Formats: sequence, structure tokens, C-alpha cells
Amino acid sequence: MKFFGFAAGIAATLTLLSTTSAFAVTQISWWHAMTGANAEVVAKISKDFNASQSDYELIPVFKGTYPETLNAGIAAFRAGQAPDILQVFDVGTGVMMAAEGAIKPAADVLTSAGMTFDKSQYLPGIVGYYSKPDGTMLSFPYNSSSPILYYNKDIFQKAGLDVNNPPKTWNEVWEAAKKIKTSGAASCGYTSTWLTWIHLENFAAWNDVSWATQQNGLAGGDVELKINAPIFVNHFQALADLAKDGTFKYGGRTSEAKQIFLAGECGIFTESSGGLGDIVKSGMNYGIGQLPYDTDAKGAPQNTTPGGASLWVFGNKSDEEYKGVAAFFAYLSKTDVQEYLHQKSGYLPVTLAAYEATKKSGFYDKNPGRETPILQMTGKAPTDNSKGVRLPNLPQVRDIQNEELEKMLAGQQTAQQALDNAVTRGNAAIKEALEN
Amino acid sequence: MGDTWIARKISLSPRVVFPNKILPFLLVAPQLAITLVFFYWPAGQALYQSMLRQDPFGLRTKFVWFANFRKVLADPAYLNSIKVTVVFSLATAIVAMCVALLLAVMAEKAVRGKGLYRTLLIWPYAVAPAIAGMLWLFLFNPSIGSLAYLLRSLGIAWDPLLNGTHAMILLVSAAAWKQISYNFLFFVAGLQAVPKTLIEAAAMDGAGETKRFWTIVFPLLAPTTFFLLVVNTVYALFDTFGIVHAVTGGGPGKTTETLVYKVYNDGFVNLILGDSAAQSVILMAIVIALTAIQFRYVERKVHYG
Repeated sequence: MKFFGFAAGIAATLTLLSTTSAFAVTQISWWHAMTGANAEVVAKISKDFNASQSDYELIPVFKGTYPETLNAGIAAFRAGQAPDILQVFDVGTGVMMAAEGAIKPAADVLTSAGMTFDKSQYLPGIVGYYSKPDGTMLSFPYNSSSPILYYNKDIFQKAGLDVNNPPKTWNEVWEAAKKIKTSGAASCGYTSTWLTWIHLENFAAWNDVSWATQQNGLAGGDVELKINAPIFVNHFQALADLAKDGTFKYGGRTSEAKQIFLAGECGIFTESSGGLGDIVKSGMNYGIGQLPYDTDAKGAPQNTTPGGASLWVFGNKSDEEYKGVAAFFAYLSKTDVQEYLHQKSGYLPVTLAAYEATKKSGFYDKNPGRETPILQMTGKAPTDNSKGVRLPNLPQVRDIQNEELEKMLAGQQTAQQALDNAVTRGNAAIKEALEN
Repeated sequence: MGDTWIARKISLSPRVVFPNKILPFLLVAPQLAITLVFFYWPAGQALYQSMLRQDPFGLRTKFVWFANFRKVLADPAYLNSIKVTVVFSLATAIVAMCVALLLAVMAEKAVRGKGLYRTLLIWPYAVAPAIAGMLWLFLFNPSIGSLAYLLRSLGIAWDPLLNGTHAMILLVSAAAWKQISYNFLFFVAGLQAVPKTLIEAAAMDGAGETKRFWTIVFPLLAPTTFFLLVVNTVYALFDTFGIVHAVTGGGPGKTTETLVYKVYNDGFVNLILGDSAAQSVILMAIVIALTAIQFRYVERKVHYG
């Protein structure tokens, strides 16, 4: 990972050196965190944008994982060397929002370049998440995703499960996972990436229960976590029980579990819709289902919250650079570009036009399940529990949650203890972050 | 009396005397400049930062004197990482030294191909820590690792992702493996310095191989061993960030979060720069203390000859 970042950096530097002397174009730097199939999408979009006009040259640079990219951007800002565009994951949104003096709102970038920004053209759930309470869009949504359920049809067949009917509730997932394990169809029934994002943040939104006070932190102020409510405890105790005999297999804190699913070790898998590209590439006989919900929840299923990342523009750049960034954002919003992004990577289209066009093209008929993440996010009007979560130090709070969940999965504590600890430690960390 | 001592000293030492008063300063200036730029300046910055509270972007700053130090030293997570670091460093140093000594003794015994064995055993030292970590991670990856598969077929529920002990074993293996070559080199040199006459005399007196090793060779290796103990501890303390980052990332829980890794995690993941700087100042104090111990007690007892 580090090495590739370094190599990409060198490559970018070389391009930079070789091109500055040759052309009088304005260069726009874009630091991103995309790997695998999604990195190919970045490369193609950049190449096409550069070919589409001759005033600007967009230079994408891979900076490592999401957290590494955010840190690289912050360190560069402190050193006065910030890139024009920085891709920041959902979790870093709160960090960036708190840094008003460091960034230029995406809406301002577009309007000051003489472009009109029509909010109604974009998917409201996504744009809303990246906007200030007053409605100003701060960052440009690039890759938005929603967690969905994937399953291996060959394993389902072997286990005697209905290949065309994936489990819809968590209880059904647990039962199917047990059947996969006991029938010997696979060595593990269920695995998941991002426990914090899928099983805490989206679990809360999808089941319409509170993750934290103050509208999950969106309203600001003193936020207190609510994740030790009984519905969370029951859910995680079930997961911990299944982990004992390996029916549930833990892969790691971020997307490591994808390898387990791709290797055919587990039959059921929850992961971002953005993980689709690699699953398609692997040639697996896969199926897609909705994110499962909890039958104890009254409003379920409600709607999921956007994950993925958005593009932030740093402040104190030249007008030329801002014009280039605006041109790129306009290019990104084009229907055919969004269609390509959506269909190739599994991320959501950010404009309504691209969604309609994809629908019309018959893509969803040919690829059932690909519409699932969009329907999940836009199916119902969001409640106070399902607009998203925001904290000034969400990366730290997620780390705390991961640590406690790992101890629980290792059998060192119960779900109740793990979530109680996560709340106590998390609240203390939030309080301290607000004081800074 | 004094004059003769000085005269002797001058005539015996290979010291060069410069007639020019400025030239010597010019000659050491590059070295001083490098030390100033790459050590004193960042160290000063760290000291200053350790007394600040700041948001990640450096937009709001508050001077808080020693509050960050008080907070860090009262943090149970910090005390835990001290414990983790002690266990990790000692285990790594002991494993790396025992294996290296065994290999060195064995390689000394080889009649043919001595040079080849030595070269092969020194190779791993050229591997970067992060890459060493990745190698071990692949070997022991619960899903795809060949050695993990072997362990599982032996009936061991190998799971470094959730089992803290397994994660620590994996880390120590990777860190020790990388250091074995270095230790091997020193032990081979040490073994060659042991006078053959002593060993032969003992053999004639009827001492067996094991007896000869423990009563003659090992005590004569003591200075080397002591030197390596310090070097290995320092290595395990400060040079293993890449391995921890690649293999466990401090998890599961906080079971493998060493002091150095915590500095990184608090500073660059959690973005609490003041705490992170305070921790690195504490680490700086530890390095200074260890270096002083090495100069004071170890350096004079080691013979490189």
C-alpha cells in the first residue's frame, strides 16, 4: 500500500516535471485513496477529462488508505503544500467541516467560476450529508456507497438455501449462516467489513434507532453515544455467539473481510456497494440483497446513510486553479460520466439524471440488485436517526468501538460490556475533542 | 612530570593539530548543521508542540504548559502501551539473540561452505521492516497464509486478528527474524575472537562440547551479548514501527500498541497532536537515557577487535 503510494507519487512528480515545461496548462492535483477496480475508474475519468479540454490538466495521486489520504492532506496543508482536491472519506467529514479556514466550499468554487449549481439535480440524501446546516454544499460527492448484502450462490446451492432469496433480516442471516456452516458448504457462514459503519451507524439508521444524541451529531454541540441500547446489545451478542464456533468470521477493522468472501470461505457478506467492482472482477457467482434489518425495530427498514467519500477543495489557491476544479466538477456531474462511475464501480450516481439514464438503459434489468443501494438510501424520507452521523473525531471514536468489539469477539467481554465501554470511552473522547 | 605526560600523549596519539584556528570549525560545520537541522530543530518543535492544544489543521492553538504530559501519563491506554512495549522488546531481543547465537555456533562448525551459510544468514537484514512485516503477515494470514494453514491442521485455532497473544507472537517473530542477521554477524565475529588454544586445552582436559561452550565460549562472548542486548532493545523499541503498522496496526484491541505506534496513532489517526508530541518527548527522554547507559557502561566493555 505504502509502496504503491510512493510509486504513484513518483510517477505523478515525473508527469508534473515533464509537462510543466511543455504546456502552459493549469495543473489540478487530486489526492485520492482508490485501489483496485476503483483506481482504474479514477485513472479513466482523469484521462478523459484531460482529453476533453486543453486548459487544465488533472493529476490524480494515490495517497494510501482513506485515513492515510486525509492525514497526507492535513500534513500538506500545515506545510503550505496542500493539493487542490482531496478525497476525504465520510468519517473525515466532521474533521474537514471543523476546518473552515482551510477549505473553500464546493458550492463557492462552482459559483465563483461562473457556473450555476442546481442542487435539485443531485440525489438529496447525498448532497444533504455534505452540506452545512444552512444548506451550503461544502464538498463534492465523488463516490457514495451504501452497505448491502452479497452472497455466494454456489455456497447457497450447496447448503440447500434458496439461491434467489437472500436473507432479509438479521435473524434470517444468522440462520442461513448456521446452515452454511453445519452443512459443510463453507467453513464460515457470514463475514462483514467495517463493523462500525455497517453494524453500528447504518444499523441504527436502517432500523430507525438513535446512534447518538443531537441527531447523531449533525446538530452539533454536546453529543452522547446511544449505542448501548438493548437493540444493539442483542445484535452484537448474536454476532459474538456466532463468532465462537467460526460461523461468523471477523476479517479486520476496514475492508479486509472482502478477501475472505472472495476466497470462497464465507457464504454471506455485508460490505459497501463500492466493493462490487472487485467481486465482479473475481468472476464469482454472486447475488445481492438489501442490508438486513432487525425485526425488533418498528420502523425498519428505514433508509441507509451515505458512506464513501467526497472531494474537498483547499483554500488559498489561484483563481485559475479554482476554475479548473470547477470545470472538473462540472465534468464529473455529466450524465455519461456518472453512469460510467456507477456501473463500473458500484458507487451511487450523484445526479438524478444519471440514475434515470441508467434505469432507462435497462442496466438494472440485466443486473438485478445493482439498484439496491440507491433504493435503500432514497426509499424513505430520512428521520433524525437516519441522516448520517457526524463527530469532530469520528475516526477516533470508531477506533474505540473497534477495540471494544474485538475484545468482545475474542470472548473477553459480553456485548453489553463492550458497548457500555465504547459509550463511556467514546463520550469522553468526544468531549475532549470539542474542547480543542 | 606534567610536561612529559603531555609530550608523550601528543607523540603517541594520531591527533592532528591545525595551525589555522578557523579551519577546524569549518570542517565540523557540515556535521553540526546536519545535527541542528535534523535533530535539534525537530526536537525543539516537538517540545513546543507538546505544550500546545491544537486542532488538526493548526487553525486554533492554545498554550497549556504540561497539561498534555499529565493527561498522557494518567491515561490507562498509555500505561498499557508501556507494558506492551516492555513485553515486545524483551521477547524480540531474547528470541533474536538466542536464534542468532545458535546459528552462529552452527555456522562456525561447518567445514565446507562457511561463507555461503554466512551470506545467506545475513541477507534478511537488507529487508525493509514493512516488507518483513508483510512477508510474515502473508505466511500467517488466517485465510491465505501457508503457515496458518499448517497451524490449523495441527489443531491450533490460529487467529491473530482477534487473539492478542497470537498477534504478539506474530509481531515478535517478524521483528526478531529481521534482527537475527545483525546479531549473527556480531556473534560470528565474537566466536572468531575466542582463542582456539583455550578450547583445545579444555578438550584435552576432557571437557565435552557443551561444557566447553558454556564454560569458555559463552563467558568470552559476554561483552558482545551485552552490547547486542542494548542494541536489540533499542531496535525493538524504536525501529519496529513499520512491522507493527503492516502486521497488526496495534490491534486486536490495544494488545500490540507499542509506544512508538501510539505516538503515530494519536497524532496521525486520531489527530490529537499535543498528546502525540508529549509522547514523543517522553520517548526522546528514554532514548537519551538508553544512549547514556550504552556509552557509560557498555561501550568501554566491548572489544571490537
